[in-house]
Amino acid sequence: MTEKLQRILPMVQKPARYTGGEYNEIKKNLEDVRVRVAFCFPDTYEIGMSNVGMRILYGVMNEMDGVWCERVFAPWGDMEEAMRANKLPLWALESQDPVTDFDMIAITIGYEMCYTNILNMLDLAGVPLYAKERHGLKNIVFAGGVCTFNPEPLADFVDFFSLGEGEESTVEIVSLYDRAKAENWSKEKFLTEVAKIPGVYVPSFYEHSYNSDGTLKAITTMEDAPKTVTKRIVENLDDAYFPTKMIVPSTEIVHDRANLEVFRGCIRGCRFCQAGFSCRPVRKKSPEVLYRQAVETLVDSGHNEITLSSLSTSDYRQLKQLTDEMIPYCESRRINLSVPSLRADNFSRELMQKLQTLRKSGLTFAPEAGTQRLRDVINKNLTEEEILTTCANAFSGGWNNVKLYFMLGLPTETDEDVLGIADLVYKVIQTWKEHASNKKRGLRIHVATAYFVPKPHTPFQWEKQIDPQEYLRRCRLLKDHFYSKSIEYNYHTPDISRLEAVTARGDRRLAPVLVEAMKNGAKLDGWDEYFNYQAWLDAFETCGIDPDFYTVRGFGEDEILPWDTIDVGVTKKFLLKERKQAYAETVTPDCRHGCAGCGAAALLQEVKCDA
Amino acid sequence: MLRLLFEKTGNAVWISHLDLMRLFQRAFKRAGLPLTHTQGFNPRPSVSIALPLSVGVESVCELLDFTLDGASVPCEEICERLNAALVPGVRVREAYDTGKKLKELAFLDCAVTFEYDNGIPADIHEKLQKLFAAESLIVPKKGKNGIQDQDIIPMIKKLEIAKAGEKKLVLNARICCQNPSLNPMQLVAAIGLHLPELKPDFAKCKRLEIYDLNQEVFR
Repeated sequence: MTEKLQRILPMVQKPARYTGGEYNEIKKNLEDVRVRVAFCFPDTYEIGMSNVGMRILYGVMNEMDGVWCERVFAPWGDMEEAMRANKLPLWALESQDPVTDFDMIAITIGYEMCYTNILNMLDLAGVPLYAKERHGLKNIVFAGGVCTFNPEPLADFVDFFSLGEGEESTVEIVSLYDRAKAENWSKEKFLTEVAKIPGVYVPSFYEHSYNSDGTLKAITTMEDAPKTVTKRIVENLDDAYFPTKMIVPSTEIVHDRANLEVFRGCIRGCRFCQAGFSCRPVRKKSPEVLYRQAVETLVDSGHNEITLSSLSTSDYRQLKQLTDEMIPYCESRRINLSVPSLRADNFSRELMQKLQTLRKSGLTFAPEAGTQRLRDVINKNLTEEEILTTCANAFSGGWNNVKLYFMLGLPTETDEDVLGIADLVYKVIQTWKEHASNKKRGLRIHVATAYFVPKPHTPFQWEKQIDPQEYLRRCRLLKDHFYSKSIEYNYHTPDISRLEAVTARGDRRLAPVLVEAMKNGAKLDGWDEYFNYQAWLDAFETCGIDPDFYTVRGFGEDEILPWDTIDVGVTKKFLLKERKQAYAETVTPDCRHGCAGCGAAALLQEVKCDA
Repeated sequence: MLRLLFEKTGNAVWISHLDLMRLFQRAFKRAGLPLTHTQGFNPRPSVSIALPLSVGVESVCELLDFTLDGASVPCEEICERLNAALVPGVRVREAYDTGKKLKELAFLDCAVTFEYDNGIPADIHEKLQKLFAAESLIVPKKGKNGIQDQDIIPMIKKLEIAKAGEKKLVLNARICCQNPSLNPMQLVAAIGLHLPELKPDFAKCKRLEIYDLNQEVFR
């Protein structure tokens, strides 16, 4: 490590996140390495190290002969300042070498509001921001992650995107690069060849043109690039690569525990949820494989907590079998088993009781909307009765805390729906009064409302976002109807959700806005300490871009959408049908009550959709 | 109860005290050495580290007390198994069950390295000797009750100054480490405050040895 860094470290908060050296960190001898990959996570170490996808792909690449993948995270503001003052370029943790030394720069993108971090990290590394400014094979930038299902806002910066699950495609991509480097290909030749790998999208092979009203006129395909690029999936999760020897951070991270994904995809079809549609089809891991991986991970890492994760863990068919095996293993070793995102059904209630013996976790519901009518519109299959029954059980079992999450600004929402939230909360209080076993401590209800952001690849991808003033009016309306002292109500500020709506459905014209916002000091936008709305507003102004075009305008059903090139498996026809169902206030039953025909099953060849 | 003598060097010096406790708890688990747990609502593995080390300070003489749950394991084996489960920079030197009582811990030896990028200032030796030979030397100390003045002289038992090359100076000191305790970085603060022209460009500290009240090596 450089002398400079040793002098900076005592001055910054949590220096351990900048030094590497954790248990299971992978180091390689440079003489044996042909391709060096700098894997950038565009947020802090604590967030990035909690990301399971990054851990899997770190393992995948380092399993490859001649390839060394290292980690790079966004520095906190104090460290960034010190780096700039001391002219210290961004480095990778394992070797402490600067990012510019690396062949490939990989970026995983899970949140729209980290776009400025991506640019800031490239800038800190001294890598030119625009793809066209980077010549040759060195420092080729590629990106993946759920946000890249609308890659267009980043199209000018990223050389190519790897869409969907990366366990297999990453190996193909890096192997091709290995060959390209050995044979001294030009960047152009490499991009032409890499575009032939299924799931790879090379944005420079597509030209976007616009109508005078600002809508997309055409997406023109150049070279032999495919008209649409279909995301990659892993069909058989039991055989998929999963690292049970994972890095164990030496400093506390956000999710400081082992994490096991029980299945991918979702059977629910909540109409606002991007993951619910874009991660389809449903594929499960068998309980035998999960149990083996859980034990291996726990033994190797020494963690005292493990999470069974997925988009809706109650929908894992063999949850009972798996937890019946895992509970005794964990109990006897003082390991806390956590099963988040359970639904309010009978089995889940039983399971909660069992897990309670290990540690009492919180009770959280996300009804998302206050009335059954609006819950039907968004296809959130959670009834008031289910919520209240679960609350009654929990209150009689000694719980005195409930969290309830809602969204405001959902399509068709009226004031009646907003007040329905207050009504539901009032019923929860009544339930507590009737069922609480211990009333001495009193009840705490945390209510939070978020500002609805329409997302690509969902039935609501065409929807208008309500304007920020209207959102705040609805927040105040709701607040005025909370009378009990037991209620703590928080609402998200509209600023960040408005920007999310812009970046989520943005197009290539946002590129200069992102650069300008970054130059204005926007970074770590997901953090209250740094979020700087004015930096963004100034950037829109300077670049002559109206954010309302992407938010309150809404997109026409006939309009070409910026993300039309990307195929996530679910068809546009299905999304349109679901949109009509929403306006008809008609629910679509979950996939286990009959296939709704979303189209994602067509991605499968070896196995059937497990919905 | 058993005790570890361990060192914390290299990049591991940036691991905070709380993080180090967690790191050891996991290392014990990885090594297949189950720890006993505290009683209460949230049982925690019972490990305790004597004299929490500031972030950035090196040490070759740290102590960690623990109790194993279950069958006893030979001390040498504990040492080996833990070292295989630890991270670079954290190394167990010894495990033993005959530790002295922690309340008898009284002094420690430390080396504070001063770096002067433009070379060691002239007459520094004499000036520092004089500074630390004074009857009292007041340095403000940040504590729970805000900033309070602290006289550091009574807490310095021994102090030697030695050159280490053209740009480095090493202060070897034996200081009080418990009731009251002196943070060795206060020696640097004293110089910055009373001899600002001799303030180093960078200073770092290493803990070398610990002693009991009779100034005998503490184990």
